[in-house]
Amino acid sequence: MSRDLDDLKAALQAAPTADPAAKAEALRLAMENFDRLQGSTDKARLMDDRPNAGRGSISGVLAMLKKLTSKPALAATTSAVALIAGMAVILPLVNRMDAPESMAADAVAVEEAAQPAPMDVPVASGTVVAEVAPMAKAAPEGAMTRMAAPESADAMLMEPMMEAAVAAAPDMLAPPMADTEAFANAPANPVMVTAETPVSTFSIDVDTASYAVVRQSLNAGFLPDPSMVRVEEMVNYFPYAYPAPDADKAFRPTVTVMPTPWNPGTRLVHIGIQGALPEVDTRPPLNLVFLIDTSGSMDDPAKLPLLRQSLALVLPQLRAQDQVAIVTYAGSAGQVLPPTPASDRAAIMAALDRLAAGGSTAGAEGIALAYDVAQGMTAPGEVSRVLLATDGDFNVGINDPEALKGFIADQRKAGVYLSVLGFGRGNLDDATMQALAQNGNGMATYIDSLSEARKVLVDQLTGALFPIADNVKIQVEWNPATVAEYRLIGYETRALRREDFNNDKVDAGDIGAGAQVTAIYEITAPGSAALLNDPLRYGSAAPATTGAELGFLRLRHVEPGATESQLQETAILPDMTKPGPEARFAVAMAGFGQMLTGATYLGDWGWDQAIALAQDARGEDPFGYRAEAVTLMRLAQALAQ
Amino acid sequence: MLMDTPDETLATAAAQGDRAAFGVLISRHYDRVQGLAWRLTGNTAEAQDLAQDIFAALPVKLRHWRAEARFSTWLYRVVVNAAHDQRRRQATRTRAADGWGDWEIARQDEIVAERARLDWLTGAMARLSVELRETVALVLGEELTQAQAGEVLGVSEGTIAWRMAEVKKRLRVMAEQEAK
Repeated sequence: MSRDLDDLKAALQAAPTADPAAKAEALRLAMENFDRLQGSTDKARLMDDRPNAGRGSISGVLAMLKKLTSKPALAATTSAVALIAGMAVILPLVNRMDAPESMAADAVAVEEAAQPAPMDVPVASGTVVAEVAPMAKAAPEGAMTRMAAPESADAMLMEPMMEAAVAAAPDMLAPPMADTEAFANAPANPVMVTAETPVSTFSIDVDTASYAVVRQSLNAGFLPDPSMVRVEEMVNYFPYAYPAPDADKAFRPTVTVMPTPWNPGTRLVHIGIQGALPEVDTRPPLNLVFLIDTSGSMDDPAKLPLLRQSLALVLPQLRAQDQVAIVTYAGSAGQVLPPTPASDRAAIMAALDRLAAGGSTAGAEGIALAYDVAQGMTAPGEVSRVLLATDGDFNVGINDPEALKGFIADQRKAGVYLSVLGFGRGNLDDATMQALAQNGNGMATYIDSLSEARKVLVDQLTGALFPIADNVKIQVEWNPATVAEYRLIGYETRALRREDFNNDKVDAGDIGAGAQVTAIYEITAPGSAALLNDPLRYGSAAPATTGAELGFLRLRHVEPGATESQLQETAILPDMTKPGPEARFAVAMAGFGQMLTGATYLGDWGWDQAIALAQDARGEDPFGYRAEAVTLMRLAQALAQ
Repeated sequence: MLMDTPDETLATAAAQGDRAAFGVLISRHYDRVQGLAWRLTGNTAEAQDLAQDIFAALPVKLRHWRAEARFSTWLYRVVVNAAHDQRRRQATRTRAADGWGDWEIARQDEIVAERARLDWLTGAMARLSVELRETVALVLGEELTQAQAGEVLGVSEGTIAWRMAEVKKRLRVMAEQEAK
């Protein structure tokens, strides 16, 4: 009995005819909705077609909010009515709302809450309300990050809360429309009066996602929405050469005080934290061969595009003396990138971008070619590794799994190792992956998201990034005698309450080996013409403290595996040193981020000055990150005009 | 006169609020939508529900009609996406595959020869992944070219070719198993 495509075709062609009643009903419904849509074009935004019992009001409000925030001017007075409506609905769900002073400022949670939820969040009526509650709970924390905003207290509480709720909305309701991206952010930190709020506390942020989003957006030809831009991530994307810590310390803070490029009346306090770099510093050069499955089954957003992004993540971890080559297998095996120094990121990225899925998996010599290439790259004292990226199709030229294992083991003895990265689901062959990787002295990992890719490829591949300090928190107490006003640039979503600094249960960011974290404050001296706030008529008298110190920097971290935190303290002295390129570049990036988010405090300082500063502070820039940033700034300047 | 008007013209008119054009358009396409829904779900009741959902949402959806593709291609894409959403709501792929099982049971009383044929179809479809099933439904069921199916599913023509080859391969394996 021959069963083939023709049989399948014949069977499928024999679809049951449509039921006339069902057809009539569907057509009637369509006409009804058509008429309703013509009648009131605004109301008929069909989120789904199921009965709305029990969730009508909240879905309506969320839909409305979603529309509102798609325009940047959420805070505009015209939306005041909508804001109050949202407040009234969300209020009962927020059990902490009636005690505002107890609001947790665990800003990390805000970000987590606003992370895009899995696509298949159920849309059942009961769940929506349940889902809203934790989001709304997280929201007031956003309010805390704003510190003393110029608006009334009510407005302060409401506005960021709406943002958190709205950020969650697209995921929960999953409308089949475009534009459902959600970004975690909060309004820019305002200028603080030292006499009123002398202490500023926040968690470090080693994320860099915001920069990548900004870059993607600019390269696509449009300015990023300000909500996509987190200034501290723009700054922290770049490696900086800060002074290394002493042998027994996990990290070392370096404080630089410098004139503010955009305001002659203020100064910048640049705090650069350098994590310790253990032995990996002396690791031998690494040769990587990406062996990539580009068969038709890889044409899926969770496969080839993710693979491409994941491998791009590896590149920043490599040093200039490392080499990368790319071999694909599908239809015909081929070397799409000859061995290339890791510093030539443009060539590697271009080769990755050229990868396209198509054809059947029949690369006769895929794995053999990859090993050939790897061996050609290996010089004495170097480490070579083949990185097989696939969705489970191991048809790489050697059909017998046992023969394949033996081949890989032989190659391992010859000094070339193998790691396997699994992508996508459906025909992922986990057991084979594990077996191959073990034989190749490598790891088998499954990558379902970019954050997993980052974890696997960035933190484990080179061994260069394992955490050396967890829960790193920064607290700065400013001296009112020398600093009248201060403003933390960025870290809006990372603000902590003052008392959280000493509470080891409150989570904060981690520093990996050799990583750097930067925070920048803009400070204004008493009596300066640049002061933005007038002194209080009924305020306290002149500050009691004296002394030249600008402030006092406290850092807390938990050693990996430990439970109790350790404290490091440094006085911030007013000596202005000529800032090096590292600090100046960080400031240029902070300026870039602020330009993209409204440039409230930048005065006449504009793109030309920002670009000149970045250009001048490029330094050695072995991987070209800073050059790329300058290009992006020029692009943004052109787009902003 | 409207009956002779091309789909694309009707769709553009309907998107601008032409009630008569909309009416003609939907009555012209209901059977096609219901048919593809059946090929995607393997269950008559589910296909009816899906078609109804699609038509209820069509007035809004039409606002995204940009006349960049043929209307039928655009509508196929709407159906495939709606089936995706439905599957997502059903939480697991397993249950979507079970649809073919229900359908099989419902057809137990059919003529023996007919049943044997449908049993085989049920088994064959259930064994294909969602992507392959969609491809088969469009290429074999709707008789689209590989390029058209690629356009509907948002993948390259080469990928459709690969998927069809894969289907052939799986059918061969099934036939071998049957022979045993």
